[in-house]
Amino acid sequence: MSEVLELRDVHRTHGAGPAAVHALRGVSLTVRAGELVAVMGPSGSGKSTLLALAGGLDRPTGGEVLVEGEPLGGLAARELARLRRRRIGYVFQDLNLLGSLTAAENVALPLELDGAGVRQARRLALAALAEVEVAGLADRFPDQMSGGQQQRVAIARALVGERRLVLADEPTGALDSQAGEAVLHLLRRRVDAGAAGVLVTHEARHAGWADRVVFLRDGVLVDSTAPLAGVEQLLTGSGR
Amino acid sequence: MSIRHGLLALLERGEMYGYQLRAAFEESTGSTWPLNIGQVYTTLARLERDGLVRSLPESESGQRPYEITDAGRADLALWFATPISAADRPRDELSIKLALALTTPGVDVRAVVQTQRSATMRALQELTRLKYASDKPEDLAWRLVLDAMIFQAEAEIRWLDHCETSLVRHRPAPSRPTGRPEAVDRTGEEAHR
Repeated sequence: MSEVLELRDVHRTHGAGPAAVHALRGVSLTVRAGELVAVMGPSGSGKSTLLALAGGLDRPTGGEVLVEGEPLGGLAARELARLRRRRIGYVFQDLNLLGSLTAAENVALPLELDGAGVRQARRLALAALAEVEVAGLADRFPDQMSGGQQQRVAIARALVGERRLVLADEPTGALDSQAGEAVLHLLRRRVDAGAAGVLVTHEARHAGWADRVVFLRDGVLVDSTAPLAGVEQLLTGSGR
Repeated sequence: MSIRHGLLALLERGEMYGYQLRAAFEESTGSTWPLNIGQVYTTLARLERDGLVRSLPESESGQRPYEITDAGRADLALWFATPISAADRPRDELSIKLALALTTPGVDVRAVVQTQRSATMRALQELTRLKYASDKPEDLAWRLVLDAMIFQAEAEIRWLDHCETSLVRHRPAPSRPTGRPEAVDRTGEEAHR
């Protein structure tokens, strides 16, 4: 399995001197293709900082972040922006769909920003919508869809194209438990198809979808569950 | 819950003999509660003594089927109609363990909490994996059993989170156990105080 995301002894400090806030203090984490890692921790433990650094939305004050072997620290702002558009998908709690664009246009937007032709972008957008089972909503506007449908569109936008790193911050937001589970199911499927995923959550039931769960406390990784055995072994283990 | 009521519920579907009951019981609980055949026969004997089931003549292959009686049906209906109360459940060893950890000198309660949280989290991951793997419509009963276990594991983790927050608020942070040096590094914080 190839390493898609690597954090090496990453520190992130806001401010300086006695008032400095150490959001992350020496975090090392590797996420491989086909692996979903959940990051759990209370508010203020550094979860969202970790995700922002992993996605190149913020820069560490110490250590290194690598995406598919490429150190983000060495990239100019422009190159970093391109890497974010091409290789990283984000799913946030607030969906950030643009109300004046249809579902397909929302999904196609990052591709068009990246220079894809309108027609090709639409074709890829429709494929991404089909993958999350809302192909029929392509020409609807966000306010014509339910919360669950909007979240699927947001996920399609995060997955469109060739993105191999998917970063999700409490992606089920305010969805009810069935719709929330469907979102995690989609994330899981994408990871099983070869992406690497990081899921930040404070809900244990959501973290249960991950291959590995790491626990963050006061900016430090304090513990981690071991990778799981295959399902076949589990079934044999339970006598089924 | 008792095996009694499980067997009564199965017999409500129709007459069955011991081995059939065992197989049906395990199937309907998704093998989360394995029974041995001895338990099945002892339970059947007690149910018959109490008039809740009746044994039928042996079949040609030498198996003795049982059927539910009217009294058994009434007992089963009452069981379904009665909510489970906390007193019916076994004592919660974990809460007792944590309470004792808190009052026993030299025990790092936060380490006890984290050890349990990792273990429960891992169980939750396994349960979720099993649920993800079973998507056939006929697996619905099994998925609902899994859901129950998933929600219980989640509740336990939430409670552990709550315990940890309370510990931080009400007690000075104890030293971490050895073997987790990354968690001990609070020196920078101390220096600023």
